[in-house]
Amino acid sequence: MSDLMLGNQAVARGLYEAGVGVVSSYPGTPSTEITEFASKYDPSELYCEWAPNEKVACEVAVGASISGARSFCAMKHVGLNVAADPLFTASYTGVNGGMVIAVADDPGMHSSQNEQDSRHYAIGAKVPMLEPSDSQECKDYTKLAYELSEKYDTPVILRLTTRVSHSQSFVTTEERQNVAVKDYTKDISKYVMTPANAIKKHIVVEDRTQRLTEYADNSGINTVEYNDTKIGVITSGICYQYSKEALGDKASYLKLGMVNPLPVQLIKDFAGKVDTLYVIEELDDVIETHCRKLGIKVIGKEAFTLQGEYFQSKIKQVILGEKDEWQTVDAEIPVRPPVLCAGCPHRGVFYILKKLGVMVSGDIGCYTLGSAAPLSAIDTTVCMGASVSGLHGFNKGRKGEYEGKSVAVIGDSTFIHSGVTGLINIAYNRSNSTVIILDNSITGMTGHQNNPANGLNIYGDPAAAVDLEALAHAVGINSVRVVDPNNLEETEKAIREELAKAEPSVIIARRPCALLKTVKHKPAFKIDPDKCKNCKSCMRIGCPALCLTEKCVTIDATLCVGCGLCSQMCKFDAIKE
Amino acid sequence: METKAIMIVGVGGQGTLLASRILGHVLQSAGYDVKVSEVHGMSQRGGSVVTYIKYGDKVYSPVIEKGQADMVVSFEQLEAARFVPYLKKGGTLLTNTQKINPMPVITGACQYPEELIAKMENMDINAICVDALSAANEAGSSKAVNVVLMGVLSKIMKDFPVEEWRKAVDACVPAKVKEINEKAFELGTALID
Repeated sequence: MSDLMLGNQAVARGLYEAGVGVVSSYPGTPSTEITEFASKYDPSELYCEWAPNEKVACEVAVGASISGARSFCAMKHVGLNVAADPLFTASYTGVNGGMVIAVADDPGMHSSQNEQDSRHYAIGAKVPMLEPSDSQECKDYTKLAYELSEKYDTPVILRLTTRVSHSQSFVTTEERQNVAVKDYTKDISKYVMTPANAIKKHIVVEDRTQRLTEYADNSGINTVEYNDTKIGVITSGICYQYSKEALGDKASYLKLGMVNPLPVQLIKDFAGKVDTLYVIEELDDVIETHCRKLGIKVIGKEAFTLQGEYFQSKIKQVILGEKDEWQTVDAEIPVRPPVLCAGCPHRGVFYILKKLGVMVSGDIGCYTLGSAAPLSAIDTTVCMGASVSGLHGFNKGRKGEYEGKSVAVIGDSTFIHSGVTGLINIAYNRSNSTVIILDNSITGMTGHQNNPANGLNIYGDPAAAVDLEALAHAVGINSVRVVDPNNLEETEKAIREELAKAEPSVIIARRPCALLKTVKHKPAFKIDPDKCKNCKSCMRIGCPALCLTEKCVTIDATLCVGCGLCSQMCKFDAIKE
Repeated sequence: METKAIMIVGVGGQGTLLASRILGHVLQSAGYDVKVSEVHGMSQRGGSVVTYIKYGDKVYSPVIEKGQADMVVSFEQLEAARFVPYLKKGGTLLTNTQKINPMPVITGACQYPEELIAKMENMDINAICVDALSAANEAGSSKAVNVVLMGVLSKIMKDFPVEEWRKAVDACVPAKVKEINEKAFELGTALID
């Protein structure tokens, strides 16, 4: 039977059909739905969990693999930075049960802070990497990845990109394979990577790459399609689809299903049969560089770009010189950037921080939107956890001058992910830094995943919940307090007082995400047009439910959830429940 | 058949993903190859959102670019104007006349452009403008704008039997709001001839 499936859903189906036993992931767009869909299968067959971060997830998968089960973890590209440590050595130990890591790159940065190319990790860790180009291949390559993992004794990376992960196309489903958990046998030379053992394993790894290169040349995972041979295209993943749409049978194709290690003889043969050879790959020039090392003349980044997504029109324009035409509306169209939702509990904190004019060390989550106008409250955003450790560095760098004038803001899930280590550093190496944990009881931006701080596991069942107050105390922070961020007065008082203290402190701004189904909303607030002086004070909180008109401000009742923040801004008592 | 390209555009939170799922179901029932492409994550938070739907004998790229769409279905005026350039010459624009202010308009940094509907009706496209919000409210929920528009779309895409559209709506909407959505769909079909 054939179904329309997201690429991510098809990967999850592949996990099920491949008889995988353990899945551990940390959410990250565009990879999140793989694990969400996997968690819909019977956990007694396919067990799933949200891990605190990608390093933990990858190590859980390594452990499950050593135990003999087929295992899996998924993450976004920057998540693999976090999980790189176990990956590089799991490459040496190899596997017992097959192990696959799915990594989803985000060319065009739809929902990411950088545009890194994960293929470098496969090269660096010397592990095979498969790259599907549609949902059917997502499923097929996932299953193939387990075969390769066990045959070649290596973790395998499945590389996705946003357009593959988040496009639906047809997938034919099959039954789940019965894969027994393999026997576990203690094997120190294989699993204990002391230098003496690792030196021997490195030899095995290099030999494995040679054997995998032969596989790349001969197995059929990389396919050749001859049409007109004046133009040849070497490509992989979504770029294959763009190329086919742009060029049809005006070109011949070498489609790479395996992007590490790359084939040698296959590329040489293909290059010999076409007149002009293009390499079409988004992000870095990985295939192009490989071709040049083989002494093959190709056109690559000099015609295309290292930045963003390609699409069919770019390929058509570069190779065929053809351009699409279009017409525009004769009007200035204002941009519509993403914003903090109406009723978002982060809004109150950012309003106060802007008012106080402090330096705000920011982090990764919905609350990164606190950097957008009119709040414009955030000074820095680098990576998960960097708000806390970065603030300490900032305060040390300014020799204490900014203590009392700077804070870190970090969400509950991000704090668990990698903020807590930074907090330990603040306490241990003592800076008078103030960390605000924006605890909305969910992992928000990726679409509402439970996390270790909210007391629910991936299945929605009750689970141990990290006590953030106790944790902050335990690492050596004495001044810890909880505020309701929808109470502006209380929030301002708490921030002012904690900043004034000559010691490190933690403020937990606690209120659940307004989009959670369990959160009961008040009716929409109303503005009394007779009392409203149109002073626009309420507009300073940047709520999308507020609307300027010539006479007075109005509230969009379809958006307003009655958080009451705007009424706290009004000096004329014009905004009421 | 040559590949056809439809875009569904709107504001994050308006339910464009559900609409694309309904359309995907209808196209699937007709036996076409189908690709539906959407973007999740940050852009969903009240930002401008886009879904691409392509169908035909064999679909390659899931993405639609400027000058490539046969139809744009917009949930909001400003978004219609933003994505009109994606239409081919003579393509069809179906838009809801609802206005939702983006943040730069809310803060007073920009004006919401005037006369957008009239301007789009004067372009070399087939512009169909409907008040889907009123119909959705009549059905019982402002959130049913997406299904109202699918009702209108079923009248434009006449090659696909209306029964298949109704089945797709039932298959895609949550059970507890089925009645509202069924009504929304029927009200949508009545918005144009």
